[in-house]
Amino acid sequence: MIEFKLPSLGADMDDGRLLEWKVQPGDVVKKGQVVAIVDTSKTAVDVESWQEGTVAELIVVPGEKIPVGTVLATFLEPGEKPGTARPAPRPAGLPTLAAPAGTPSPGTRRMVSPAARKHAQEKGLDIATIAGTGPRGAVTLEDVERQAAIKPSGPAGVPVGKNAEMRRAIAAAMARSKREIPHYYVAESIPMGAALAWLTQENARRPMGERLLPAALLLKAVALALQRFPELNGFFRDGAFQAAAKVHLGVAISMRAGGLIAPALLAAESKPLTQLMQELTDLVKRCRAGSLKSSEISEPTITVTNLGDQGSESVFGVIYPPQVALVGFGRIADRPWAENGGLKLMPAVTASLSADHRVSDGHRGALFLIEVRELLQRPEEFDK
Amino acid sequence: MNDAEIRAVALATLKSIAPEIEEDELRGDHPLRRQVDLDSMDWLNFLLGLHDKLKVEIPEADYAKLVTLDEVVAYLAAKSP
Repeated sequence: MIEFKLPSLGADMDDGRLLEWKVQPGDVVKKGQVVAIVDTSKTAVDVESWQEGTVAELIVVPGEKIPVGTVLATFLEPGEKPGTARPAPRPAGLPTLAAPAGTPSPGTRRMVSPAARKHAQEKGLDIATIAGTGPRGAVTLEDVERQAAIKPSGPAGVPVGKNAEMRRAIAAAMARSKREIPHYYVAESIPMGAALAWLTQENARRPMGERLLPAALLLKAVALALQRFPELNGFFRDGAFQAAAKVHLGVAISMRAGGLIAPALLAAESKPLTQLMQELTDLVKRCRAGSLKSSEISEPTITVTNLGDQGSESVFGVIYPPQVALVGFGRIADRPWAENGGLKLMPAVTASLSADHRVSDGHRGALFLIEVRELLQRPEEFDK
Repeated sequence: MNDAEIRAVALATLKSIAPEIEEDELRGDHPLRRQVDLDSMDWLNFLLGLHDKLKVEIPEADYAKLVTLDEVVAYLAAKSP
């Protein structure tokens, strides 16, 4: 018997609310399959299963708020027969949803359109409390709008619902970071002339849908450089650092309604630029629509914050625990640049590193940024 | 397609990216990205959305010409099939 538990989806998550089951008793579940949608304080997350099995029992009911580690459902292991295992422990007071294998029961599944979920999030409404009038009881955008019209929002200027929860979650994680992690900071001005010239040439021959943003180059350079600086990529847990084998690059994405989430571009070091750009586009889209996968939320091994062309000149970030480093990029802008005894105009970006002094030192941190700078002088070699 | 229709398409595309915008408060002759919080990816998605709906190719070299909503509409009207 496999216990499918509510995973922790980050340092700022203590509990979550089950929104919807994506499987029924009797369904065969594959590794990586989305099994449930859980609302965290920041966003709705598609929770994946990391084991194979057949759904035996759905224990938690949609709408229920449960702490991290709660058994949500039980699966039969491949080859296991129903009834041969002892029944799973069930939190007291929770009604059961179990149905005999092979007979999916209608009504247990809460259908919510993505637009409705997003709108409810923005309005700070709990989707579980909204009656659905769509096909098979689905909650539609109209249902949410009707509910939003009834429910008065808070006083002007005071964040309500999701925004307040988001702020609390960020506060908890950042306060923990500043309390526990002795940060050090280094910064480096990186000339971007070569990278932008290459990008312009590259984009001129690409169809619109495949054009690259400078952000893709910056992210790729960080991922490649990290392969030589394992002390910046991993987790500090239980008093010790564990380096990660792959670079799961957390990308700080600002939400339009305020706050931010930093889901991962998985194994960024091994992906070609075009793929990385497509995955970045998709990640931003899904992040803002509230349909991230649990692996993307729980697995970043380092975070990059890129302020982009509307941002300020430089940024020094706060490390997201249990990670041990954060790389920040300011706005790329023309600057006076001294080179070969002369002065010229050069597009440049300030890269910064905030890192955990328990794990690395400023000297290594500085060498890392120099490696990023050197890589960005030869973007044509990224995919080699 | 006339200018008003193109403007409507542009606004709808913009709203799909930035749902919070108020059409009445948008000034066509002011830089769009000063009025609406669009990062470089939002901007790319905006242009891509226009490309998909209007079948207009927008080379990156032309991005600099597209600062205000009025300029975007004029550009698309000139290139629209």
